[in-house]
Amino acid sequence: MSVDQANVRRIAHLARIAVKDDEVPHLEQELNAMLSFVEELSAVNVDGVEPMTSVIPMKMKMREDVVTDHAGPQVIVRNAPTSEDNFFMVPKVVE
Amino acid sequence: MTHPTDLTLADAREALKSKKISAVELTRAHVDAIEKARGLNAYVAETPEQALAMAAASDAKLAKGEAGPLEGIPLGIKDLYATRGVHTQACSHILDNFKPDYESTVTSQLWRDGAVMLGKLNMDEFAMGSSNETSYYGPVASPWLPPNWTEDKARAALKGDKRGLLVPGGSSGGSASAVAARLCLGATASDTGGSIRQPAAFTGTVGIKPTYGRCSRWGMVAFASSLDQAGPIARTVRDCAIMLRSMAGHDPKDTTSVDAPVPDYEKAIGASIRGKKIGIPKEYRIDGMPAEIDRLWQQGIAWLKAAGAEIVEISLPHTKTALPAYYIVAPAEASSNLARYDGVRYGLRVPGRDISDMYEQTRAKGFGKEVRRRIMIGTYVLSAGYYDAYYVRAQKIRTLIKRDFENVYAQGVDAILTPATPSAAFGIGEKGSADPVEMYLNDVFTVTVNMAGLPGIAVPAGYTADGLPLGLQLIGRPFEEESLFSIAEVIEQAAGRVTLPKPWWN
Repeated sequence: MSVDQANVRRIAHLARIAVKDDEVPHLEQELNAMLSFVEELSAVNVDGVEPMTSVIPMKMKMREDVVTDHAGPQVIVRNAPTSEDNFFMVPKVVE
Repeated sequence: MTHPTDLTLADAREALKSKKISAVELTRAHVDAIEKARGLNAYVAETPEQALAMAAASDAKLAKGEAGPLEGIPLGIKDLYATRGVHTQACSHILDNFKPDYESTVTSQLWRDGAVMLGKLNMDEFAMGSSNETSYYGPVASPWLPPNWTEDKARAALKGDKRGLLVPGGSSGGSASAVAARLCLGATASDTGGSIRQPAAFTGTVGIKPTYGRCSRWGMVAFASSLDQAGPIARTVRDCAIMLRSMAGHDPKDTTSVDAPVPDYEKAIGASIRGKKIGIPKEYRIDGMPAEIDRLWQQGIAWLKAAGAEIVEISLPHTKTALPAYYIVAPAEASSNLARYDGVRYGLRVPGRDISDMYEQTRAKGFGKEVRRRIMIGTYVLSAGYYDAYYVRAQKIRTLIKRDFENVYAQGVDAILTPATPSAAFGIGEKGSADPVEMYLNDVFTVTVNMAGLPGIAVPAGYTADGLPLGLQLIGRPFEEESLFSIAEVIEQAAGRVTLPKPWWN
């Protein structure tokens, strides 16, 4: 399988990464290099094999559904590029 | 007396206990060395004031006889460990100015045990790379001189773009370079596909990736969560054992961390390996492997045999599939983990026409080329219509890779000996610019271990004809890191301690 330039633009949009027109041919080439590298996997017989979900078998632990760590809103927004009154600020989403 | 920065971690611990040196003196010596070595670019943030304050506190504890296992030991911390109030960016532009209000579990355990933080170490951006060239903060130079280079030529290159100087490997390149250049007594590192073991091999240092779940991942910037694991890089096997004991342990904040007691790994050093069964996997004898790598491997086999180990040929039939399968699983998990960088809650923000454009512009500017490429391939293999063909198939292959190891361990094999890397260190600017896959091949011997969640250690074992260090890798059974320390120390003793390069970079 391989990708074309339209695929590259679609993937970039799904990944929320802006790409300039002149980057697209180069990305197409690099992604196809990676896809051809993984191509050999299609020849492996995986009939009846379970996909791995946990590399080291362990029982998922449960805990009480309570607040364990709460630094407060000032601390949480401290690293935000922009915030106001302890809220994260983003461009207008709803008209 | 030996210069304080040339001490091993174990020797420094003794010198501190017997009051031959104070923690402040030891830290000061490292702070000075770091300042003079800025050309190597191993540290991206230095914390000398914090270091000296921590050292003074250690001296007080040492005086009262309340020293922890790492009391007064100066360490470097890879930039992907969250350190409260200190630069934590996984060497990415997108985490600009991020200073967490929390401490990773691994580093908090190091400080609990008395260690001193010297600063944050350079790395490939989000740990994606094998040469430390993808860092937003620029490449790291190895302290090893390129073959036939004079010190003058190397010093000139340090001031310029560093091209031609040797890479320290990656992604823990800052950690490996700092340990080899004596800019810390040991460093934290992390390993998703070989990022501890490959740089250790390239720099003549020792690095261990413990079993998945041995160390908490809480507070480590995530790359591929089912593969990532913390571990140390240090100058001796014993030093790694000392550090791992403090780094490991159960953490309720990471459900994948294992609730099992942490052994005193240092006790495994010097244990006899007589009767241990060491597997030699025939699939690791790859096409085009340099003769000197094969010679090193044969030498390692001979050393272990001489120490009383039993050598058996084994087969791990799915070895060849591990690297391609990794380049599906790791980017898939990365595309998901790195979705959080959106310019809203932390780090860089680039304004856009609307919120979606803001995300896209921020992520285009904030992520470097390699990271963008991996997010995109990860997005593709998880997208509708391709998920089964790529991702599910790769996870099935992962089951097969793990089964290969389980089969040989069921036959009584205690550990597996392989080369650590397919070559010695290469030059900065030399690889991967035309074809990203060229760089990925560095991890051909290490990546199987992550795919199967096993422990692996890289230990220096010899040199190329040009005098560059080469390492061997030992792969162990799950949670049997102690065996790895015992066997690795036999190799270390047989090979003789590495003579690290003199500080030409000052």
